[in-house]
Amino acid sequence: MTRRVDLLIVGAGPAGMSAAVAARQYGLDVLVVDEQPVPGGQIWRNIEAVCGTPREKILGKAYSEGLWTVRRFRASGAAYEPATQVWQIEPGPRVLMTRDKIASSVEAGAVLLATGAQERPAPFPGWTLPGVMTVGAAQIVIKTAGQIPDEPVWIAGSGPLPLLYAVQLLKAGGRIAGYLDTTQKGRWMSALPRFATAAAGAPLDMLKGILWLATLRRRVRYISNVSEIEAIGDNAMERLRYVTASGKSETVYARLLLVHEGLVPTIHPTLALGCTHQWNSDQDSYAADLDCWGETSQNGVFVAGDGAGIGGAKAACLRGEIAATGIALKAGVIDDQQAARLARPLRARLARALSARPFLDSLYRPRRSIFVPSDETVACRCEEVNVAGVRAEAARAGRPGPNQIKAFTRAGMGPCQGRQCNYTVANILADAEGRETPDVGLYRVRPPFKPLTLRELATLDSRDAG
Amino acid sequence: MFKKIHDPSPNSVTVHVDGMPVCAEPGENAATVLLRQAELWVRTTPVSEKRRAPYCMMGVCFDCLALVDGALVQTCLAPVRDGMTIERQLGRRSVAS
Repeated sequence: MTRRVDLLIVGAGPAGMSAAVAARQYGLDVLVVDEQPVPGGQIWRNIEAVCGTPREKILGKAYSEGLWTVRRFRASGAAYEPATQVWQIEPGPRVLMTRDKIASSVEAGAVLLATGAQERPAPFPGWTLPGVMTVGAAQIVIKTAGQIPDEPVWIAGSGPLPLLYAVQLLKAGGRIAGYLDTTQKGRWMSALPRFATAAAGAPLDMLKGILWLATLRRRVRYISNVSEIEAIGDNAMERLRYVTASGKSETVYARLLLVHEGLVPTIHPTLALGCTHQWNSDQDSYAADLDCWGETSQNGVFVAGDGAGIGGAKAACLRGEIAATGIALKAGVIDDQQAARLARPLRARLARALSARPFLDSLYRPRRSIFVPSDETVACRCEEVNVAGVRAEAARAGRPGPNQIKAFTRAGMGPCQGRQCNYTVANILADAEGRETPDVGLYRVRPPFKPLTLRELATLDSRDAG
Repeated sequence: MFKKIHDPSPNSVTVHVDGMPVCAEPGENAATVLLRQAELWVRTTPVSEKRRAPYCMMGVCFDCLALVDGALVQTCLAPVRDGMTIERQLGRRSVAS
């Protein structure tokens, strides 16, 4: 069955929900699909169930504030289909998805991809061992299940998220064995010129960050300038080795290590659709090329939220509203002048919401070994291809690109479809071939970009397949 | 490896992990249940048969793949329900089963 809507939104996080509310106010017929069973995205995950419980206090105000957006979304009149996996988007635009083992297609006047971000793949020796998880994963576990590590945990990383999680964990009664700050030595000096803009635009957020840092330095073992980490163990992590920039090395007992090296926009859907992308050198990642309304190079396909570049929840909500305005303009509901007038205050607020970003991007720029790890490190988790394996093929004549490396080594061919190794392979090739990463590019993304069974595929009507 | 910070919910459900009944709460997913088990792993890999555990918890790493009611799925995207069976996936899957 092919359905038709004015606007299909993929993702019910800050951007998707805000866009849905705005688009409904413009009178558009809106369908929102999302992978999760409840709205909120990753940042406000499970918020309706958590609000009013002691967990709300642990997670903090920036989390509970999301309830307002979720309630407005619920009341907006947008159709909402949770637990849905989108696995292909085609020009038209037409979106193919699976829900409850049934595949269907939706033709939409416009599609808004509000698919957010993922944590940057941060390979190091031993990162595939049970006991190594991302900080974001551990935070999701508090939000969805009210669970914390049952023994002192090690945290290694750089950025606001590990600071926030560590403080939340202490509030929840958890224990931290040690905090390994992998922010590179000298980054504070590089970021300093951007501090004034950040402090002026987002003074409360900056103050919050400084307080988190002060709390951790006072209450847990805090080790700065960590340049190298390794998880050691056989069936699971048993020990953690770390090295600091000054050459100090220590191996400690550790069964759980949480890591984080920033976020990168979700680009699988726009890559699959063949949208043009732009390299963002401040965030060491790609994002789809967008016009001032968030429209990609594919007619009628828009992107809002962290998928458009990492900016956080406030910026995501505003980008969602701006995209909805652009979509209403394109649908002929409002004219150019009205759209420009409606968007002006949103754009001003967006600029303010993004004011701390240049400072954060500069301060928390990951160390080089995150991009080009040591030879023994696993690059592709699914197919277990290590960095040396990729390098060996890169040495072939003809400067192979990511797609050749995929064919030669199977890196990127596993179930995650390159979500965890695309940047690593591109960076290794750039390093080995004396090129820049954006010159190397990423794997070609092929449908279906989320797995589905043949049985599910067969539930599509023949008319859908056309 | 993980523990609940709140008292058990009065409306808990029962799921089976490799045949053993365990308590779970509505709203959580199969991966968070697996993270509470004594042994931290959800599958062995098809390539080297090494153990893996949930890594990203948001549907992008596919390391939490296991059999839920007989189908290989991302357990972090599988909300629990009463009577659900969760089995660790061992190595490569065979087609004929």
